[in-house]
Amino acid sequence: MFKKILIANRGEIAVRVLRACREMGIQSVAVYSDVDRAALHVRKADEAYHLGPAPAAESYLNIEKIMAAARKSGADAIHPGYGFLSENPRFAQACAEAGIKFIGPTAAAMEMMGSKTRARQHMEKAGVPFVPGTSRGVDSVEEAARVAEKIGYPIMLKAAAGGGGKGMRLVHTPEEVRSALESARSEAQRAFGDNEVYVEKAIVNPRHIEMQVLADEHGNTVYLGERECSIQRRHQKVLEESPSPLVDPEMRRRMGEVAVRVAQAAGYTNAGTIEFLADQQKNFYFLEMNTRLQVEHPVTELTTGLDLVHLQIRIAAGQKLPFQQEDIQLRGHAIECRIYAEDPDNNYFPSPGKITLLLLPSGPGIRRDSGMYEGWTVPIEYDPLLAKLIGYGTDRSQATARLVRALHEYFVGGIKTNLSLFRRILNDAEFQAGHLDTGFLDRLLARGVESTTSDRGGADVAAIAAGVFAILDGEVRGDGPPANGTNGTGTESVSNWKRRAREEALN
Amino acid sequence: MIYEITIDERNYRVELNRVDGRWDCRLDGKPVEIDAVLPRRDVLSILIKGKAYEIKRERSATDLHLWVGSARYGVQLRDPRSLRSRAGTDDGKGPRKLVAPMPGKIVRVLAPENSEVEAGQGVLVVEAMKMQNEIKSPKKGVVRKMVATEGANVNAGDVLAVVE
Repeated sequence: MFKKILIANRGEIAVRVLRACREMGIQSVAVYSDVDRAALHVRKADEAYHLGPAPAAESYLNIEKIMAAARKSGADAIHPGYGFLSENPRFAQACAEAGIKFIGPTAAAMEMMGSKTRARQHMEKAGVPFVPGTSRGVDSVEEAARVAEKIGYPIMLKAAAGGGGKGMRLVHTPEEVRSALESARSEAQRAFGDNEVYVEKAIVNPRHIEMQVLADEHGNTVYLGERECSIQRRHQKVLEESPSPLVDPEMRRRMGEVAVRVAQAAGYTNAGTIEFLADQQKNFYFLEMNTRLQVEHPVTELTTGLDLVHLQIRIAAGQKLPFQQEDIQLRGHAIECRIYAEDPDNNYFPSPGKITLLLLPSGPGIRRDSGMYEGWTVPIEYDPLLAKLIGYGTDRSQATARLVRALHEYFVGGIKTNLSLFRRILNDAEFQAGHLDTGFLDRLLARGVESTTSDRGGADVAAIAAGVFAILDGEVRGDGPPANGTNGTGTESVSNWKRRAREEALN
Repeated sequence: MIYEITIDERNYRVELNRVDGRWDCRLDGKPVEIDAVLPRRDVLSILIKGKAYEIKRERSATDLHLWVGSARYGVQLRDPRSLRSRAGTDDGKGPRKLVAPMPGKIVRVLAPENSEVEAGQGVLVVEAMKMQNEIKSPKKGVVRKMVATEGANVNAGDVLAVVE
């Protein structure tokens, strides 16, 4: 087993991984940029090394600097987390060359799954179901139109090197093909430095369902059940759950077996996720493979009872999977909310800043994976994910009720967050009925602005509370202006009345 | 103590006194039975006619907000005996300042100085946390002043432009 693991990441996932290290008796090494010196992952690690300035290219994306920190610390393995360098084959290769174990797949497997068109060519050979379309990029408008005619409109144009919705265009008619192809190409070129674009049949009201797999380095591969990730905004996931309300045991077995075939065809090792598009008739199509730990891995951990980060580390250390497919039993239901620093009253714009007050939920069925703390300033340079709140219950309705309850307990002051959005989603009738597709959230948001500005019934209470606060403040530290940033209720401070009386007596 | 409090453009008069550790409260002249403790900074546990509320407070240099349940209230509080007054002066007419809603970087100026803009038209693009956000004009008018320059870093509250 490894003695020391460097975590090449920040935020909640870095904290998640270093917790696993501590549980396994492994030393943890954090790395940080200029603006992250006070970040939680640096505070909690056994060792920490400075990388450089805030921009990711000069810190968390800089392979040379991270390898230098790894050598300096004497780490014998690196966990990449998600995002940043986690799916970069050059980084995995650099680790291999330095004799440091990369906790993830090999550079070769990563490279193969990294290009959507190349992955598709390999997967078609393995008999994996695909959305009808081209497995290569299209060269011309005419070719795109010919393919579209064959598979039928609507079609989707997609960047081969794409992700996160960039370089994607929905096309309904032949007349739209030319401009959509040109704009998808130029967007792909700008975002990924590669303008290859391919054509796919667009699935109407699709669901986004993914399958977790684990593969050891001895040829054993298992699937750990699906996650429903249909609740998205701007193609970014917002809420995920396991199991999916759509998937029955038969569909789960079929999806799981395809996922295992995908992983085996790629020579895949460690934790990975196969993403599928599913229609409401339970047909599913391979979308892509994510060659890393996912943000939403906790919902699978709760329903399988397994610790995926422990298992990632054990697999990387050369151990065999300690179970077989038939040992995997799903139990209960888990739902994850991604808490972002963004303003629901301002079109979900990012809202970095200082967290002045933080009240945390706890109690039955609640798990919190967080990178924030009270007094911490959320930096502007990185992804706005602050924390994940996960509810677990015997069934979906209990998990939902526990989350709603926990959201009432959760309070983040000083910055704006999307906490109110989850109250809306979880209380929505369509959500509760399990009627989900990737357009769900846009429809919910279009139905009107119900947020922190609605329900003004508490104004009387707020008025009384404002007066009480003013009096209690006066008792605590004198009748001065609000003392921002002062610490706690300083009971030792003298009231202004007393001080003034003393001054007058002395004059 | 007497406070004049404004919430959602409505004025409240709150009279509060403490007698032998008990609260004596009047809201707009009517007595209200309350009890309150401050379990920690910025959190108030208040009982009003037996109903329990946990009120959270957010303060910045200029603003005071109170949360009752999942609703957030902007609060203006005046002590009539105090000379300090915090009445707002913005009547929506005249020049309007465009301020940065968050710290970030100016990536583009869409409407240069002296150009005409419609209400809701984008004037600048600010990038923060990997997202680009358009700062829109609050009114129809002319960009009188463009303080921001492309590539510059800005803090929340910085004036970026003035539309008149």
